[in-house]
Amino acid sequence: MYASKEGDVMEISKDILTKAYRNMILIRRFEENLQKIYYDGKIPGFLHLYTGEEAIAVGVCLNLNKTDYVTSTHRAHGHFIAKGSDVKKIAAEIMGKKSGLCRGKGGSMHMMDMDNGLYGSTGIVGGGFPPAAGLALASKIKGTGQVSICFCGDGSINEGTFHESVNMAAIWNLPVIFVCENNLYAQSAPQEYHQKVKDIYIRSKGYGIQGTCVDGMDFFQVYDAARKAIERAREGKGPTLLECKTYLYSGHYVGDARAYRYPEEMKYYEENKDCINIFKNKVTETGVMCENEFINIESEVIYDVKEAVDFAVNSQFPDEGELHDNVY
Amino acid sequence: MSDERIISYSEAIREAIMQEMERDENVVFLGQDISGGGHREKENMTDTWGGSFGVSRGISTRFGIERVIDCPLSEAGYIGAAVSASTAGLNVIAELMFNDFLWLAGDQLFNGAAKIKYLSGGKQSCKLTIRTVTGAGLNAGMHHSQSLYALAAHIPGIKIAIPSTPYDAKGLLVTAIRGDEPVIIFENKTLYNTKGHVPEESYEIPIGKAKIVKNGKDATIVTISRMLFIALEAADILEKKGVFVEIIDCVSLVPLDEETIIQSVSKTGHLVIVDEATPRCGAAADIAAMAADKAIDYLDGPIKLVTSAHTPVPFSPVLEKIYMPDSISVVNAVLNSLD
Repeated sequence: MYASKEGDVMEISKDILTKAYRNMILIRRFEENLQKIYYDGKIPGFLHLYTGEEAIAVGVCLNLNKTDYVTSTHRAHGHFIAKGSDVKKIAAEIMGKKSGLCRGKGGSMHMMDMDNGLYGSTGIVGGGFPPAAGLALASKIKGTGQVSICFCGDGSINEGTFHESVNMAAIWNLPVIFVCENNLYAQSAPQEYHQKVKDIYIRSKGYGIQGTCVDGMDFFQVYDAARKAIERAREGKGPTLLECKTYLYSGHYVGDARAYRYPEEMKYYEENKDCINIFKNKVTETGVMCENEFINIESEVIYDVKEAVDFAVNSQFPDEGELHDNVY
Repeated sequence: MSDERIISYSEAIREAIMQEMERDENVVFLGQDISGGGHREKENMTDTWGGSFGVSRGISTRFGIERVIDCPLSEAGYIGAAVSASTAGLNVIAELMFNDFLWLAGDQLFNGAAKIKYLSGGKQSCKLTIRTVTGAGLNAGMHHSQSLYALAAHIPGIKIAIPSTPYDAKGLLVTAIRGDEPVIIFENKTLYNTKGHVPEESYEIPIGKAKIVKNGKDATIVTISRMLFIALEAADILEKKGVFVEIIDCVSLVPLDEETIIQSVSKTGHLVIVDEATPRCGAAADIAAMAADKAIDYLDGPIKLVTSAHTPVPFSPVLEKIYMPDSISVVNAVLNSLD
């Protein structure tokens, strides 16, 4: 039994708890591995990691069906893994290989996997808002019951696309949940420097939609709030702006020295607010899972990550002849 | 001697901004993360980013956050604000982090800034300089690698400068800042660390004047931005084959220095245009059309275009490499034209 943000007690099956831990630790270990091989020179371009924010992607996506939609950001690996995309294909895409999700043409920042409902990552901040609304519009018109999740960051809330899309979602009563991962920084800009409000969810009021805020480092709060918002959306009760307060361990991209951050702030989050530690502690307290089970899951995950990275490293680059495919 | 001073492309740009801010207190600088860190002054964290390529590092420390303004992720908003502020007594330099974001800011530039002089019968100035970043080659993917100057060139009312050297980067920026009209300067991201001779004292380079980088008699190669260096490599290869090309760096797309290009073609009889952008409705096609119209009598062979593939910029290194023109493709184009 676990507490929601409101202190309500919720029952979560061991199956869900196992999946939650597995996916969170999978994202964490995957990202750590990517960082390492990035420094080894095996990953071209720029790499934006998700470490620290795992509870959000996992807490939200465990409430979704395969056919539900997700729009992502430039920091996309966690969303893709949590939504069920193949880790091997993600790794291969990030390395620009033919076996990748997009045959190496997109890379980390431009992935798409509609077979798993992933409309895609984007290199354009705020680029996910209108598509999330449009996907929700399609499912509403077609009556499919699919919901649409728009992951977004605190910085993107300043884009016009946020305001335009939330308003449309409101007036059309769309089944979309805007999940704001407020990690306190927009690239290097601290939140207080780019926004006058601290609590982003209050912007929901200005558009007449539901808004709520949870501790994004607490899987259970995210899971519960997302579940409620998704149920509302499926019942035709309209959109929600769900703010998850979180913290990004890595810099904006791999190689960012994080000179703009307070050292004590980074230390505080890593030592006291780590979402995986919080999860383990809570689950262990209930006696549902024990340390050995966590260790076993992690061993499997480490194997999976190694398998994915090896697969990607050993995959071929695309054939030169593919350059011109699929344009007009 | 200051004349022999060698600095980088990014240092040249930074120097131009700082000298102009020193010269004129109405010059202000807007952009995203151009200083960074939110100016947490008491913690000595005032200048922790310096722009995506470090170009603006140190400028906010020197001139303060009243004149060096970090903007939120609101491209339509701050670029639009830069446009109107430039009509209201300020002289604004605004950095758009990547030219791929022109789609977000475009309305304010193309429906706004570009129309002001025309609408006002020439009375209203718009002292606006937009700096933005083009180019593939860093595996940055399809949203951070495009070359979109032709998009802006299509819209009457905006000047466009595209420096390929540190010397031009400084001089063109100074000219843009001092001028009364909106200018977009497209900087190539792979050039920021390249070095060259740049005088310390301020100087202007006219926008609208191309530059003959190398004299030759057999064919004219017109280049845009980084393509200059591809063409210079090609020229070396061609010389070994006994072909001597003239290389013209376009420098500005609007106004286009038609005269320099036509004059060169009248001498060589052959024209090859090298552009990193995609080919359809692009700058290379535009220059080719101009030459076909005005220099047809001088041409002894087909005009050849060497451009990137007409595809999104692919991420995979193998595809990105063949996406872009290289010196061999330029050599072949010249030989085909001469054939």
